[in-house]
Amino acid sequence: MCDTCGCGQPGNAVTFTRPGKKSHEHQHAHDHGHHHDHNHDHHHHDHDHSHGHTHEHGREIEIEQDVLAKNNLLAERNRGYWEAKNILALNLVSSPGSGKTTLLEKTIQDLKNDLPFYVIEGDQQTLQDADRIDKTGAPVIQVNTGNGCHLDAEMINRAFKELSPNEQSVLMIENVGNLVCPSLFDLGEAHKVVIISVTEGDDKPLKYPTMFSVSDICIINKIDLLPHVDFDVEKMKEYALGVNHHLQFFELSARTGEGMDQWYEWLKAQVKTETTTR
Amino acid sequence: MHEMSIALNVVDIAVQNARREKAQKINEIVLEVGALSGVVAEALQFCFSSACKQTMADGATLEIIHQPAEAVCDQCGHQFDADQMLSACPQCGQTVMATQGGRELKIKSINID
Repeated sequence: MCDTCGCGQPGNAVTFTRPGKKSHEHQHAHDHGHHHDHNHDHHHHDHDHSHGHTHEHGREIEIEQDVLAKNNLLAERNRGYWEAKNILALNLVSSPGSGKTTLLEKTIQDLKNDLPFYVIEGDQQTLQDADRIDKTGAPVIQVNTGNGCHLDAEMINRAFKELSPNEQSVLMIENVGNLVCPSLFDLGEAHKVVIISVTEGDDKPLKYPTMFSVSDICIINKIDLLPHVDFDVEKMKEYALGVNHHLQFFELSARTGEGMDQWYEWLKAQVKTETTTR
Repeated sequence: MHEMSIALNVVDIAVQNARREKAQKINEIVLEVGALSGVVAEALQFCFSSACKQTMADGATLEIIHQPAEAVCDQCGHQFDADQMLSACPQCGQTVMATQGGRELKIKSINID
C-alpha cells in the first residue's frame, strides 16, 4: 500500500539501478518507515515530568505546517547544489507515450559533443528506458518507483549523488509518465518541460491545466504525424497560453529530427547563460 | 495516486509535532486542502487510515477543510469562488482562470492525548 517507501511490500520499494550494475539500491523515501522502530505506545509513567491537566477530550495543537514542506526544502537543496555546480536540471513531464525517451535519445546523440548529459529515468517498473539511454553513452540511473506515480526531491537527491554529474553539464530528469501527480513535487529543476504529442487531444491543457501552468517549456512532439491526426497546433497553444502565458513552445519530431534545431539552440543557450552569467 | 505519499507526509508531520508535545495518541488531524492543490480529498481520506497504521495516529480521524480558489472575470469583473483552474464566469459565461489561493495543502491543527 505504501507507494513511496514500500513498507512491508518489497515489490513496491523504490529502487535505484545503473545499467550494467547488478545490485539494486533500496530507499525508504520517507521518515515514516523509520518510525516503526520507535515505541509509540509509551505509558505516561515512562515520562518523568507531569502534565498539569488531563485530556478527556484531547488537546488541540495549532500546527499550520505545509505538507510538502519537506519535499520543497530538499528540492531547494538540490537546486542550490546544481546552481553552484552550473548543472542545468530539466524535469521532463508528460503522459505516457509522448516520446520523452526518444526525445532524450535524439538530443543526446546530436549534442553529446557540445554538452555533457546525465540522465535520471523515472518509471514504475523496468530498466527499459535506462537501457535505451545507456546506449547513447550518457551516464544514466533508473529510479523505479514501484507503485509510486511521481519522482520526489528525495529520490532525485539520492539518484544524482550516485550519478555524480560533472560541473557545467545537463541533468535530464525523465519523470514518471503522468500528467497529474508530478506537477505537485518540486525536484529542484531549473525548468519543467511538458511534452505533448499530436496523437493526444489538443485540449489537453484544458483537461490538465496544472501541469501546463507549472511548466516553462512545452514541446509538441510527433509533428510528422500531423497530416494524419485532428490535432490543431494553434488551438492547443491557445489553450496552454490560457493557463500559462509565459509558456515557450517547440514544435518538433524526435523521430524525423524536424524542428529539433530550435530546441538544441535553446538548450545550448541555457547552459551558456547558466554557466557564464553566474 | 500521489495521495498516499501526501497522507504519509501528513502523518509524519503530525507525529513529529505530537511527540514534541509528549502526546500518547493523535485523535484528529485537521488539514486544509485548496481546490487547486492537486489533491483529491476522497482519495486522501481513503489512504489516510493505512498511512496511520503503526503510528500514534492509528485510528485518528482526518478532517479536511476545503479552500476554494478565487477568480475575477476579465470580461465583466465578477468575483467568484472557483473549484477549478479554468471555470466559466457564473455571470457572463466567459472562461476565467483562478488567480488567488486554492493551493493550500497545510496541516492546521492536531488533537492529541
